[in-house]
Amino acid sequence: MILVWLIVIPAAGGLLSWLTQRVSPAWPKYVAFTAMAADLIVAACLAAFRPGATEFMVPWIPQFGIDFYLACDGLSLVLVLLTAFLGLMAVASAWTEIRDRTGFFYFNLLLTLSGITGVFLALDLFLFYFFWEVMLIPMYFIIALWGHENRVYASYKFFLFTQASGLLMFVAILALYFLHGQNTGHYTFNYTQLLGTRLSPAAAMLIMLGFLIAFAVKLPSIPFHSWLPDAHTEAPTAGSVILAGLLLKTGAYGILRFVLPLFATAVHHFAPVAMALGVASILYGALQAFGQRDLKRMIAYTSVSHMGFVLLGAFAWNRLALYGVVMQILCHGISTGALFILVGGLQERLHTRDIDLMGGLWAAMPRMGGAMMLFAMASLGLPGLGNFIGEFLVLLGVFEVSPVLAVLASLGFITACVYSVWIVQRTIQGPNAQEWKSPDLCGRETAVMAAMSVLILWLGLYPRPVFTAVAPYVENLRAPVVVSQALRGESP
Amino acid sequence: MTPAGLLALLPLICLGAAAVLVMLLVAVRRTYTGAAVLTLVGLGAAFLTLPFTAGANPHRLFLLMLNGYTAFYAGLLVLAAAASVLMSFSYMSNYLQNREEFFILLLLATLGATVLAASDHFATFFLGFELLSVSLYSLIAYPYMTQGHIEAAIKYLVPASVSSAFLLFGMALIYAWSGQMEISRIGFQLRSIQSHAGHQWMIAGLSMIVVAIGFKLALAPFHLWAPDVYQGAPAPVTAFIATVSKGAVVALLLRLFTPADIQTGATLFYVFSLMAAVSMIAGNLLALLQNNVKRILAYSSIAHLGYILVAFLAGGARAIDAVTFYLVTYFIATLGSFGVISALSSPGREMEDLADYRGFSRRNPWLTGVFTVMVLSLAGLPLTAGFIGKFYLALAGVGAALWTLVIILVLTSTIGLYYYLRILVALFVAAPEGLRPEPPFSYSNTFLLALLTFLLFWLGVMPTPIIALIRTMVR
Repeated sequence: MILVWLIVIPAAGGLLSWLTQRVSPAWPKYVAFTAMAADLIVAACLAAFRPGATEFMVPWIPQFGIDFYLACDGLSLVLVLLTAFLGLMAVASAWTEIRDRTGFFYFNLLLTLSGITGVFLALDLFLFYFFWEVMLIPMYFIIALWGHENRVYASYKFFLFTQASGLLMFVAILALYFLHGQNTGHYTFNYTQLLGTRLSPAAAMLIMLGFLIAFAVKLPSIPFHSWLPDAHTEAPTAGSVILAGLLLKTGAYGILRFVLPLFATAVHHFAPVAMALGVASILYGALQAFGQRDLKRMIAYTSVSHMGFVLLGAFAWNRLALYGVVMQILCHGISTGALFILVGGLQERLHTRDIDLMGGLWAAMPRMGGAMMLFAMASLGLPGLGNFIGEFLVLLGVFEVSPVLAVLASLGFITACVYSVWIVQRTIQGPNAQEWKSPDLCGRETAVMAAMSVLILWLGLYPRPVFTAVAPYVENLRAPVVVSQALRGESP
Repeated sequence: MTPAGLLALLPLICLGAAAVLVMLLVAVRRTYTGAAVLTLVGLGAAFLTLPFTAGANPHRLFLLMLNGYTAFYAGLLVLAAAASVLMSFSYMSNYLQNREEFFILLLLATLGATVLAASDHFATFFLGFELLSVSLYSLIAYPYMTQGHIEAAIKYLVPASVSSAFLLFGMALIYAWSGQMEISRIGFQLRSIQSHAGHQWMIAGLSMIVVAIGFKLALAPFHLWAPDVYQGAPAPVTAFIATVSKGAVVALLLRLFTPADIQTGATLFYVFSLMAAVSMIAGNLLALLQNNVKRILAYSSIAHLGYILVAFLAGGARAIDAVTFYLVTYFIATLGSFGVISALSSPGREMEDLADYRGFSRRNPWLTGVFTVMVLSLAGLPLTAGFIGKFYLALAGVGAALWTLVIILVLTSTIGLYYYLRILVALFVAAPEGLRPEPPFSYSNTFLLALLTFLLFWLGVMPTPIIALIRTMVR
């Protein structure tokens, strides 16, 4: 039941904050903040008191074998914690930015968070698709209504890309449902029962691609990434935080939870292509980031680059790489979320995102400068901060499988250095040519940054709790590979 | 006739009697509210007597088929008609000429639709078809003093008459070859159609009937009337055309072709596949070019009927379930959308331009909310009924391995999202205040829209009861 609360609390909080707007426009943010704080507490309780897997299942549409089936293992748990945490940060970051229709804004924000939590918990494929779509519409509204200059175009693009790929996944889910039903005579969307479905190689490959394309659009990976820079740039700060910090992670989660376990053999055949795409994303995203003047757009492209590691690591499919992928998911969520909050703060103060107009801001805003420095360093993979562990483990894992790809991917460390140092150099250091004088981070912003800094440092210095939590998932996942390799007469 | 037979016919009798009673009432004293209430009472009585139809014994009576299937569809049609009456009540309230006869025509059209849904014979088929069409001509042209309505009525009249002629000719050809006029038997004869000599007459006759059906459902390539008529008709009548008129024909389509097992008969299968594909593609693409909400919804309904055909082509019990469920969700969302439009319109002052809706969210958040969820349901997004409906259609399509059609469905409905989003964007963008005066508060509209919104979410979240109901009644 606690799992249902995790989904219900944000949704109900959102509704409540919409309703309280009638009382006073100031109320919605407090309601939203309280709801997300409660959600975080519930998630923390789950982590503290129920360390094992938790389940909740009631029949939903029994005619089609659809259950309301939620389950939380270590992988889901860390992602749910990330959702609740970043959700709280996003609410706090929207505090002063959103002045128009605040109630409706927080309603959409919290509904998105509710959908994302659902995605991380659902183990019924229909329910998963349901939540997958639920998080889409409110996100669309957030971009389209509260976004920046080019918001309508960006919101269309975001919606059409994700919806088209989502429908493709939907058809793949249905195909899997019917093939499983025809094999066993038992029609169900239950993930645990679908796990062992026997598929012909061709069918497995097609269905796997249906899933993978949906997740690759969300991730995003080349060549499905073009919605991302627009959406991230045009979204309001809280929207960008949710997009980069959580929405992208649903794609990564989908690959880990569904693509790998359900289609082990097909994944193995497809791995070279997917890993090449991952490497291409790493390098292409970085190259694109070099060329941007818009700070938000630049950070958006670095996301493409960082998420390339996720695709690469997931398809490398060994212990090290998978641990690395989970770390990368968490740390990229926090570090990029923090960077978007900082850029949002800059835009609120300077009314521009143009990197060429900035410079020398450290003198005016030392706390902002410090935070910017820290998260830029996290982004470049400085040892001691979480991202290093993620990317390093992925590279170690990939090296076992393909040294060439590992070498190419490690170029990503260099490119990351370039753009991260650029961000620092061109915004907070150098001469203050425009003579900006702005107030430093206020107490609320400082608290947000402090919380995120502590977390990224903790993940960098002591990541073991995360590894312990996801260990059952990773260790179980290795089994089918060994089997499939044995089937094909290869040594594991 | 036995008393049991009379009981089973009660819904049809109620509809007919209500039309007569409203006419008598109008002859005695013109009272607008009275006529509307009497109409609703008649529809309500017809709905409440449906259990008799569902449990009728014998099933076949006066060339009608009376069973659970008929009862379910008749109930759907009667409820949709009641929704149109509620919409019309506020829509027509400021109309200066005679208003009461509008309800008589609505009742007659509903009677025609119900007969069509119940028909088991070419005679009742044609009777229902014509009763529906003729009532609709006058309904479309009802506010004849204002521009556009007469034009729309003529645009409906000409193709409708032509399609009636096609229908008659097709019936004649089939009768000439098979000596049959009973729909269920013809359906069974179709199964063995390829093995008989002279079956081309049967194919020719059926094709003509398909043309007539395609016209009524506005399936491409017989869809050309739809946008103009949707635009020109009064909004409640548009809602009626989009739901009741199409729903009745879908009921007949299923009754005629389900026993025929068209999966196996190649010719018909390809004809319907082609119509489905072209409808989905044309409907969704052409809707992109429109700037008139009613025209957008017209093209969207062309596409929706194309989606329905995909499930219809799956064949068997699953097709009936899926089509019926989808029809329910389509009814709710379509009635809701046109309910909002007609709440804002009156004869001669239709609020139909996309530009009229700019910034509407600030002027009327409640109607905006309703319109938004209705549009989201038409787009098939979750939490709304349309999501489960789309799922059901895709399930039927994939289950029958209609891969090409399902892929077209998926791709075109993605394209379709674009114009639904255009409506939403228009609703929510900032716009200058006070473009139009606020509509006066109306209890009937508020009740209707609240009910439809509730149903939309209920079906979207808890579809189990209605699926169970459809399975028990329709099969």
